[in-house]
Amino acid sequence: MSLLVLLPVLIPLCVAALSMVAWRSLVLQRVLGTLGSVALLVSAVALLLHVDREGILALQMGSWPAPFGITFVADRMGAIMTVLAGATGVATFLYSPASVDERRQRLFYYPLLSVLLAGVCGAFLTGDIFNLYVWFEVLLMSSFVLLALGGERPQLEGAIKYVTLNLISSVLFLIAVGILYGAVGTLNMADLALKVAQAEDKGVITAVSVLFMAAFGIKSAAFPLFFWLPSSYHTPPFAVSAIFAGLLTKVGVYALIRVFTTIFTQDTAYTHTILLIGAGLTMVTGVLGAAAQFEFRRVLSFHIVSQIGYMIMGLALYTPLALAGAVFYIMHHIIVKANLFFIAGLAHRIRGTSSLKRAGAVSVYRVSPLTCIIFLVAAMSLAGLPPLSGFFAKLILVRAGLEAESYTIVGVAIVVGLLTLFSMTKIWAEAFWKSPGEAPGESTGGEPAGREHAERTEEPECDSALAGPPTAMMYAVCGGLAVVTVLVGVFAGPVFGLAERTAAELLNNGAYIRAVLGENP
Amino acid sequence: MELLFAIIAGVLFAAGLYLMLRRSILKLVMGLVLIGHSANITIFTAGGLTRARSAIIAPDATTLPAGSADPLPQALILTAIVISFGVLAFAIVLVSRAWQEVGNDDTDQFAETDR
Repeated sequence: MSLLVLLPVLIPLCVAALSMVAWRSLVLQRVLGTLGSVALLVSAVALLLHVDREGILALQMGSWPAPFGITFVADRMGAIMTVLAGATGVATFLYSPASVDERRQRLFYYPLLSVLLAGVCGAFLTGDIFNLYVWFEVLLMSSFVLLALGGERPQLEGAIKYVTLNLISSVLFLIAVGILYGAVGTLNMADLALKVAQAEDKGVITAVSVLFMAAFGIKSAAFPLFFWLPSSYHTPPFAVSAIFAGLLTKVGVYALIRVFTTIFTQDTAYTHTILLIGAGLTMVTGVLGAAAQFEFRRVLSFHIVSQIGYMIMGLALYTPLALAGAVFYIMHHIIVKANLFFIAGLAHRIRGTSSLKRAGAVSVYRVSPLTCIIFLVAAMSLAGLPPLSGFFAKLILVRAGLEAESYTIVGVAIVVGLLTLFSMTKIWAEAFWKSPGEAPGESTGGEPAGREHAERTEEPECDSALAGPPTAMMYAVCGGLAVVTVLVGVFAGPVFGLAERTAAELLNNGAYIRAVLGENP
Repeated sequence: MELLFAIIAGVLFAAGLYLMLRRSILKLVMGLVLIGHSANITIFTAGGLTRARSAIIAPDATTLPAGSADPLPQALILTAIVISFGVLAFAIVLVSRAWQEVGNDDTDQFAETDR
């Protein structure tokens, strides 16, 4: 039964190898990849059900007893993240043929996607901090290649920033792991939790924890370390953007939650205050950055940054309700954000452009009302309108903030929610509603000089996108994810129950330690 | 000895960071190399510098004899070196492709996607 922990990692790795063997046939790779990601989703759901019912599941590699061997652990948090990774994976594999051109697909696109999923799931399920570094590298390496695949100028420019900053973050992570090992002499997360609690020199531990904060802060694009994200996420094909937007920064957030609930709880007054300030600034800068943008995916990229702030806010408040809110927010966010990027691809196909200043070829509103409805569901969920999933996610966090009497962060969260609504209505009006007859830039107001300036600084059109009318599969993927969003809103009660159990488990690391190290550690 | 190694790690990190802040993508890669080395030396130093015996378990024993060196930091460094080698190979190809595409080594010319 404990082999179940390993399946979400093994399945995509095997699929990647098989699809490389099938390099001649794109159809075969596509089928393999899709089946593999469905199998991943099924195994992840089975894992979540098992963990939720029977408790934390741990597997020692090569039967080396912990803390000497590498441990794989699935608690509720890890299992939930794996399920979300599986769902995003399925959607991306289905959407890819409509979004990635054949030249890119031939350059081992499908195997790379599978390796990315393996890396993400590995990071979610490992119980060893150095192993987490290795899984980070696995997913980073494949994301580097996916980002640069095709080699167009905007992609290469974006990739240089993405690669550099992520490598710096990895180096910081590595240094932090080294110093932590020097200080307490173990790498197993459960053992670390014990040893850190007993450590005499709390100062070193706190310093190392801040180093971890910086490393994971870069990866999760928190303020002030987020600049790589909005300058790279809009360059690759839409399917790649969508899986990056859905999963990659959330791996950073997951790592933050993991180390700052399971391991570093020795000085929460200090570390979690930094996190709280960072969370507030992340929300504000992200949403203000989005307000200044006029390219579909760049607006969405800045909104990823702002939403990361909400998740970190939940972690920083560090109460059961706040953490449950963060977990709920992650579940809501991964689905909605990936969906919005998929919808951006759909709208690009219809309009022929992703710019919000340039008028598209047709009015999406006239041609495809279905696209508009799907976008509205996702966008309103992101902005937090009831009864969609985003409303409940924000409600829980705001409630938790009020209970913890952190009124500033609550105020920030509410204002940022309103500004998100503003950005979404901007996209709605410019990209979906406006007919081509109307002059571009009209609604942005301004004198002729302003318009001239606007045209000169127009972003280069994304040429990594395919042209032509959208396929039925694109509608199916976007619609399917929109339905999931609605369902999370409708069944908010059970989902919140799961989030609450997850938060309780995170805040009390005794069960985690017992599952890994045995009854009497 | 620890002090010397700490200084070396710090100097390497500072030199790497300085190179990365220059306006050249080639120096950017060089900076990444140096920072990677600095991390490895940090792990090595933090793991404890000793003149201990090498970590070999005798045929008739099941545990390391007392006073042996800790082999784990070296295993960590080995893993990190292999990973950084692969990543650097990719980074060098990326930089060379970007140089061909942009026709310039100046990082200020890579700002098209920032606007």
